[in-house]
Amino acid sequence: MKRALTTVLAVSALLAAGCGGGGSSNTATGDANGRGPIAFATLKDGTGTVPKLVETWNAAHPDETVRIVDLPEGADGQRQQLIQQAQTQSDSYDVITIDLPWTAEFAARRWVTELPKDQFDVDGYFAAPVKGSEYRDKLYAIPHFTGAGMLYYRKDLLDKAGVAVPKTWAELKEACAKVLALPEAAGASCYAGQFDKYEGLAINFAEAVGSAGGEVTDQAGNPKLNTPEAKAGLDLLVNSFHDGTIPAEAITYKEEEGRRAFQQGKLIFHRNWAYIYALMNASDGSSQVPGKFGVTVLPGVNGPGVSMLGGNNLAVSAFSKKQATARDFIKYLTSAETQRTHAKGSAYPMTRPVIYQDPELQAQYPYLQVLEQAINTARPRPELVRYGDASSVIQEQVYAALSGQTSTEQALATMQQKLTEIAQGT
Amino acid sequence: MNTTARAGRTAALLLSPTFLVLALVVGYPLLAALRESLHRSGDELDESGFIVSGDRFVGLDNYADAVGAARFWTAFANTTVFTLVTVAIEVVLGTAMAVVMHRAMRGRGLVRASILVPWAIPTAVSGLLWRWIFQADGVANTLLGTDLLWTSDGWPAKIAVIVADSWKTAPFVGLLVLAGLQLIPNDVYEAARLDGASAWQQFRRVTLPLVKPALLVAVLFRLLDALRMFDLPFVLVGPQKGAVETLSMLAWNEANQVRYGPAAAYSVILFLYVVVIAFVFVKLLGADLLGERRARRRSEVSA
Amino acid sequence: MTALVRRWAPYLGVALIVCYCLAPFYWMVVSSFRRTSDIFDKSPLPSPWSLENYQAVFGGNNAFGQSLVNSLVVAGTTTVLTVLLGTLAGFALARLTFRFKNLVLSLVIATSMFPGISLIVPLLKLFTDIGWVNTYHSMIVPNMSFALPLAVWNLTTFFRQLPFELEEAARVDGCTPWQAFRKVILPIAVPGVFTTAIIVFVTSWNEFIIALSMVNQPETQTATVRISQFGGVSGFDSPFGTQMAAGVVVTVPLVIAVLLFQRRIVAGLTSGGLK
Repeated sequence: MKRALTTVLAVSALLAAGCGGGGSSNTATGDANGRGPIAFATLKDGTGTVPKLVETWNAAHPDETVRIVDLPEGADGQRQQLIQQAQTQSDSYDVITIDLPWTAEFAARRWVTELPKDQFDVDGYFAAPVKGSEYRDKLYAIPHFTGAGMLYYRKDLLDKAGVAVPKTWAELKEACAKVLALPEAAGASCYAGQFDKYEGLAINFAEAVGSAGGEVTDQAGNPKLNTPEAKAGLDLLVNSFHDGTIPAEAITYKEEEGRRAFQQGKLIFHRNWAYIYALMNASDGSSQVPGKFGVTVLPGVNGPGVSMLGGNNLAVSAFSKKQATARDFIKYLTSAETQRTHAKGSAYPMTRPVIYQDPELQAQYPYLQVLEQAINTARPRPELVRYGDASSVIQEQVYAALSGQTSTEQALATMQQKLTEIAQGT
Repeated sequence: MNTTARAGRTAALLLSPTFLVLALVVGYPLLAALRESLHRSGDELDESGFIVSGDRFVGLDNYADAVGAARFWTAFANTTVFTLVTVAIEVVLGTAMAVVMHRAMRGRGLVRASILVPWAIPTAVSGLLWRWIFQADGVANTLLGTDLLWTSDGWPAKIAVIVADSWKTAPFVGLLVLAGLQLIPNDVYEAARLDGASAWQQFRRVTLPLVKPALLVAVLFRLLDALRMFDLPFVLVGPQKGAVETLSMLAWNEANQVRYGPAAAYSVILFLYVVVIAFVFVKLLGADLLGERRARRRSEVSA
Repeated sequence: MTALVRRWAPYLGVALIVCYCLAPFYWMVVSSFRRTSDIFDKSPLPSPWSLENYQAVFGGNNAFGQSLVNSLVVAGTTTVLTVLLGTLAGFALARLTFRFKNLVLSLVIATSMFPGISLIVPLLKLFTDIGWVNTYHSMIVPNMSFALPLAVWNLTTFFRQLPFELEEAARVDGCTPWQAFRKVILPIAVPGVFTTAIIVFVTSWNEFIIALSMVNQPETQTATVRISQFGGVSGFDSPFGTQMAAGVVVTVPLVIAVLLFQRRIVAGLTSGGLK
């Protein structure tokens, strides 16, 4: 057995040494002006609205029909699938759905094609998501959905305690002190966002730093974490965990865990996206807070805070042989008219300000104006080709600081150093 | 001599389809990975911001970087601990399950069905299920009266992974051992019983030696699988958490950042580690794993 | 007292094992019958009971029924091919005398030592080049990568345990080694072959990452891939109840099928010449 195993290894090593070539050449083989039926790789829409929009398109374009290909749920599976298709230069997908922060990377790897700005109505969208879809001042994607964090609060309890809706962190903590003294708030905690070790933690950290007047990185990705503002931001989160303002279990919260805690009455304040509004207002007994909460912009140190931008972009695969059709379809799917129909069918936040002015939609989604305000002041994530690495560094250090394994100074210093290396491309 | 040569030809004929398939689906990717592990794709940007394409040969740099990182050793330790603990638990549970399944008693059908259930649930779904059970306010904490954060980055996460993995794969061991048990003729037990052996003695002296070959194969394959554990900790606790990150997860993580060279290096290191463990296992426990000695002795006798 | 313990201990063991195996599954079933809106409930029974999740699994444009058929085709074909090839190889390794036998066995098992996730990208490149993407065989052939080594080893061990005298007797009667194998060994080996088949079938039925990577058309996708694509209404809310319902739908037929197989195993045992 021993000799046999050794032989296996020796043979493998020999074969490997003699097996060269086969490296991938990164020349895109797509056709920029091709037309015909295309495939649209996207995340499944539980409301079924997107399939309906596609049907409308197909009825009008019988020679350029669109077929929806579902990507796996969750950013990791989605990314893996897209990378594999790009790696094999497959033309299985023509239009792809990418997370906002992947835009720079996909552009730099030539996996998506540049989109001529004059062909797309770039001024009709919110400025920040468009900025987030650019790489080196060229447009590579069109914002499909956007999103910004908002502060949900227990309106009923705030009213009862006679406190105003807080605009700053200090006011928020004061409000909590009063509300938690109420018998109705027994067992509740003050605040939670998303603090599990995943992309959401990087976002919550960036918002804390932004709300303290700093920034994690500039738009080019150079870190700015050796500032008092950055320290104030991280200290705010760490101290809030320490003094119980944020409950200990929030270290396991992603979006859904946080929503669950809030709608079970366990939180007074909660940072989350727009989607939870309708779910928490459900009157079928699943939520204990329907009609009892309000929503406002995130708090800051001296006034309203800053949100990070979320959302999805549509891009044309560089390996697509029908790129002209792909571009037309993206124009259709993000046009003002389509977005209005889309918004009526699903609560995904659209990317055109005009939607937020629609009185009908304002009635359907009462948070629309707060959301518009949050999006208008929201920051895109940095234009980093190695965004994934940068985010990992941030998650690693912030998580360690929150769970008390490292000091805030140490965490910030490590992040500053590693993010500098990433930004400089070493 | 002539018969041996003919047997050799027959054997080659019978084995070739297996080797053809394995060469295509494992041999080829394995060689591709070995080659990949000696290369690194560029991550420098050219003037217009595009990544300079093309692989460059870096020798053993990917390997040196891998073993130089603290994260690698954490993952290495996790992989080892998970493997040893889960396989040990699974052997005990699996054997117990097999014995119960083998016994003719009332409700045997129910037992068989229930034992198969955990194993038949798709891994991704069972990962979600256990994540659900181990939530901060989930059933596990309610039943245990604790408020542990099972899915955060700490020792409870290790326990959660071990519990979920043992639950899921013990039936695999159970089934293989059961097949071995069914080969044991009843008269062997009769004889033991006549000799006045207790149930435990029967199990130790008769059952265990006779199911040993089947059990060893089961354990060997569980070892190989556990060493490559990936989806369960990934879904249950999450990526990039030091408490549960395994070597497979490290490889996945590198690939997900489009660093196929380092990813391949991690895979090759893991491959070598598995080879070593399998070798040690066969040496320590499985000298008779293939029944080679017994078979040879018998054929000598019969010749 | 001891008699009492001896009489009831096995039943206690049975009860413990059944509870251990079924408790988490019970939770899965219960969750699958809750409404999406009370999915956070912790009550031991759903209130109210709802088929909403099962409707979601089979309704809409999920094509879940089709994906079950695909899973059946892929896992079934993988099983038949693997058991066939594995039986041939197992017979050769267990019953024939030839050189390099241990090397062959080591090579076979070495192929299941490489991390599965690292096999995907090279294979995907290869299959793209030869036009296999989106076919059943692009899933079946890679599935054999993990199924074959197990089948070969298991069957080899199994065949080896059978007494050599049987073949001797057959040979005396004028059978060739192959005839001896087919007419004498194989019938006794039925439990081993079926066990191998069950194991291969279950593992391929649950295979996810290969099926996800090799196929991107809904018409050929398997059930596990479909489950991973169930979307919520917002992109953040994962439809947990629907996934659990799909898990139940995928699991239950498998358990029933295996139980039917098991009966065959027992039948094979009693008809075999071992007693």
